[in-house]
Amino acid sequence: MMNLTLKIWRQANATTKGKMVTYPIENVSPDMSFLEMMDVLNEQLINKGIDPVAFDHDCREGICGMCSMYINGEAHGPDRFVTTCQLHMRKFKDGETITIEPFRANAFPVVKDLAVDRSAFDRIQHAGGFVSVNTSGNTQDANNIPIDKHDADKAFDAATCIGCGACVASCKNASAMLFVSAKVSQYALLPQGKVEATDRVLNMVKQMDDEGFGNCTNTGACEVECPKGISLENIARMNREYLFATVKG
Amino acid sequence: MSGIIKSSLARKYAMAISGLFLVVFLMQHFIINLTSVFSKDVFNEISHFMGNNPLVQFVLQPVLIFGVIFHFIMGIVLDLKNRSARDQNYAQNNGSANSSWMSRNMIWSGITILSFLVLHFIDFWFPEMNYKYIESLPVDPDRYFDEMVHKFEDIIRVGAYVVSFFFLMLHLLHGFSSSFQSVGLNNKYTKSFKTFTFAFSIVIPIGFIFIALFHHLTA
Amino acid sequence: MASLDSKIPKGPLSNKWTNHKSHINLVSPANKRLIDIIVVGTGLAGASASATLAELGYNVKSFCFQDSPRRAHSIAAQGGINAAKNYQGDGDSTYRLFYDTIKGGDYRSREANVHRLAEVSTNIIDQCVAQGVPFARDYGGLLDNRSFGGVLVSRTFYAKGQTGQQLLLGAYSAMNRQIGRGKIKMYNRHEMMDLVLVDGKARGIIARNLVTGKVERHGAHAVVVASGGYGNVFFLSTNAMGSNVSAGWKIHQKGAHFANPCFTQIHPTCIPVSGDHQSKLTLMSESLRNDGRIWVPKNIDDVKAIRDGKLSPTQLKEEDRDYYLERRYPAFGNLVPRDVASRAAKERCDAGYGVNATGEAVYLDFAAAIIRYGKEQAHVKGLDENDAVLVKKLGQDVVRSKYGNLFQMYEKIVDQNPYETPMMIYPAVHYTMGGVWVDYNLMTSIPGCYAIGEANFSDHGANRLGASALMQGLADGYFVLPYTIGDYLADDIRTGSIATNTPEFDAAEKAVVDKINLFLNSKGEHSVDYYHKKLGKIMWDKCGMSRNAEGLKEAMVDIKALREDFYKNVNVPGTDSEFNEQLAKAGRVADFLELGELFAKDALNRTESCGGHFREESQTPEGEAMRDDENFTFVSAWEYKGEPADAILCKEELKYEEIEVKTRSYK
Repeated sequence: MMNLTLKIWRQANATTKGKMVTYPIENVSPDMSFLEMMDVLNEQLINKGIDPVAFDHDCREGICGMCSMYINGEAHGPDRFVTTCQLHMRKFKDGETITIEPFRANAFPVVKDLAVDRSAFDRIQHAGGFVSVNTSGNTQDANNIPIDKHDADKAFDAATCIGCGACVASCKNASAMLFVSAKVSQYALLPQGKVEATDRVLNMVKQMDDEGFGNCTNTGACEVECPKGISLENIARMNREYLFATVKG
Repeated sequence: MSGIIKSSLARKYAMAISGLFLVVFLMQHFIINLTSVFSKDVFNEISHFMGNNPLVQFVLQPVLIFGVIFHFIMGIVLDLKNRSARDQNYAQNNGSANSSWMSRNMIWSGITILSFLVLHFIDFWFPEMNYKYIESLPVDPDRYFDEMVHKFEDIIRVGAYVVSFFFLMLHLLHGFSSSFQSVGLNNKYTKSFKTFTFAFSIVIPIGFIFIALFHHLTA
Repeated sequence: MASLDSKIPKGPLSNKWTNHKSHINLVSPANKRLIDIIVVGTGLAGASASATLAELGYNVKSFCFQDSPRRAHSIAAQGGINAAKNYQGDGDSTYRLFYDTIKGGDYRSREANVHRLAEVSTNIIDQCVAQGVPFARDYGGLLDNRSFGGVLVSRTFYAKGQTGQQLLLGAYSAMNRQIGRGKIKMYNRHEMMDLVLVDGKARGIIARNLVTGKVERHGAHAVVVASGGYGNVFFLSTNAMGSNVSAGWKIHQKGAHFANPCFTQIHPTCIPVSGDHQSKLTLMSESLRNDGRIWVPKNIDDVKAIRDGKLSPTQLKEEDRDYYLERRYPAFGNLVPRDVASRAAKERCDAGYGVNATGEAVYLDFAAAIIRYGKEQAHVKGLDENDAVLVKKLGQDVVRSKYGNLFQMYEKIVDQNPYETPMMIYPAVHYTMGGVWVDYNLMTSIPGCYAIGEANFSDHGANRLGASALMQGLADGYFVLPYTIGDYLADDIRTGSIATNTPEFDAAEKAVVDKINLFLNSKGEHSVDYYHKKLGKIMWDKCGMSRNAEGLKEAMVDIKALREDFYKNVNVPGTDSEFNEQLAKAGRVADFLELGELFAKDALNRTESCGGHFREESQTPEGEAMRDDENFTFVSAWEYKGEPADAILCKEELKYEEIEVKTRSYK
């Protein structure tokens, strides 16, 4: 069992100013997930009549992409290839002070405490993150177009992005390039997506810029912090796609 | 087409391409400087050619100056813009856990190099312009080597030179390979290519430092 | 007892759907623009329905409580999606998929619905590939398949262990396209609080903005509930933390029948509970049973040594291991259906053979598969098949490519390397076959109110086969509801937009606000989670993997008492005008506290064992589940009458025309 000190960002809503508040917590089991530790804290706060800490979470198995904490200066904390919900307390030491902040970017305004609004990601997808095919079921047989396994695998790897925003949070420029490039790459690699690849990359990048994300300077922080290990190759592919698209379009 | 001018990606390409252009120039500059270690005459000869050939003087030189200014202004504009994408900073940020110091501090290594360039202009370029175009002094194809050696007698100048090239090394360590990523080149050759850019980024600045120290010590 | 009209079309089974589609009413494209539809939930069913309805031209309003439609819990489905494509040429067909699903559901699902599901299954794969879903492929570039529990063919399409994610992102992308076009208006972080009826028809909902707390009115010509299952009534389940029954329960309270609430699937391969702090359970895909062998030690002494850490499972000799599924069910072995596998694990653990500290875990071992694959690879690559180290490495690479993300997840949670030591697994609540009763058109007993996906009850009977949930969600959303809803809406083309300034909306909103105030003013001494955990414990102990009359009666009493205490003593901090997760949770737990009681009542009523519902009083001498077809071949649909204990049972008799009802045997 561990005793810890938590320094947590508290902010009532998007328009008020926030601050760091310190809470001690005792008897933390190393087998707890980070969010289970937060549950325990909140239970204690509720029983003391203090407003519990708001944070986003849902599936708690690392796939929905909803949890989003900046722990000890890193998105989703010190472990690799995990989301906050899959980070376990065994990664921390007894007596440690843990700093917990929301994912910060102007494009991700705070909703409350540690919960942020990532709808900018949705809007980027509205701009072109799809293949324009109606869901009539009258498409051609799924095996009509064989797809090179290597391309299919790469498309899959790009498609595993969970849209958590760790890339934006970790980037010193709050750039969303890894997220956008993963979607662009998934479709650019598949014959079904190639048809409208030009418009897609132009529109998605434009929306990305309009949302107020910063510019990519290739620090590579996003790739390291990405819980799904989305590769920087995707950003290169998007740069390439955009270059060709601009020349063509 | 407006995207190519205004979009974030266009700026990225611009930084990358101007950067690569400057790397080529750096290489060229290094080779010329290196000749000074082996042969005073060769150095003088090339310097004289570079200083008096109209193509170099009136085409390449303006392009270079434009490239330098463009790279700097764009770099500063981008940095300011990027800073404004996150108004509220983290109370604790562990950048070293996921990225190199060089990649996070391009603006500082860049500004150091910029200050060096100012010194360099004061030292070499302004006197040169003055010599050739303002005072229109007589052509002397053998003056370059001695002028250079004279400059390197000052220990403070050599010190500034060494520090600046150290920052250039840091700048190149991220910037050179990064520019390929920016224009979309990242594939199975990238790993070996990175070894090359890494070596280049270390060897060239150290070479410049060596030349400066060589002349300081042998003068 | 009232009876329900399931509106199953006449004619031979295989033509029912085609004929039905050809004869139901349609709404013209011009008139679709005049019709609004509300869809609650954005999982596979909700997202695919929203997208398709919008493509057809309806004005769609979609609601999800998460911060983005992409977060819906369909995203966590791992293993795959079934379709009768027969790409493997192993004898699959629409009929066989239909048959397997009925049999897997222990003959408690509706024949016509299941046949339709099997028919449209192939369209789903075509559709998903067309929209860029990256399914696994072989080196020839064609789609790959794997096999799943309870069937004898390979018909499951997959994308590593993230099939649900890829399918949901596909449906989400189709939604995005329509959101971009303005045909779907998306309401993120909104929760449906109640259904509004006007003249007995569903005409809108009351929703609450979870960020500002504002209570809003939304009118529409039809309301589609696609809010998923209610496994979280057990507190610990593989569901997401936010998964809840509230949308389904609200429409139940307004007149929709709730069917077979006791049919819950306990999934055999989940990561065991580690302690009291546990907030949820994590599934390890059933596909792992393709390659993993399940066992416990044969001797109780070895069990003790393993629990004390004196013996490692890898040290145990082959003859000292009890591969109990292979022993009991030689034909299907480790690939028996989920209900059978879960009960077998419970049986071994109850007998004292559980292998972890709590005694509630069995091994899922990949050592044999690693060697098998390793030898295969060595052979293909022309390397030495007898080099143990090489074979192991090659085999591990194959396993990594198939299940890498699952193994990684296991390692992060349990802190053990499953490539080297067997995984520990134990059954956990996973899926609810029961749900809102719907007719063949997927309409509930409230006109204009539909339920699709896991939220309805229709296709899985008493037990769902692996990789069928994704199939049903997408079938309902892409290919069934968009047709059948037109039949109802054809009468609504002259209605005009639904006004929300009516007494019906006033009353519904007032009830919602009153309930919120009730929670906030209670100022009791226990948190919402305190009650949720207590409810979960009652459910797991008395309505879990095996049930008996005595326990179920106790459960009903206990849940009622807990519910009464909840309303007196719950402590919900904060206000109604801010982002208040506790308040949202209080509403959800309040509904679980009612559902739980109905669940127990339903289980008590069904004195047979079938599928996921095992009544101890009804078993064969060998301890296998014993169905009572004579008395229980029906759907229990419950009508709301206030207290759950007072709910009235309506039976929908199940008739099997194409299929002979047999005892399910996997031996």
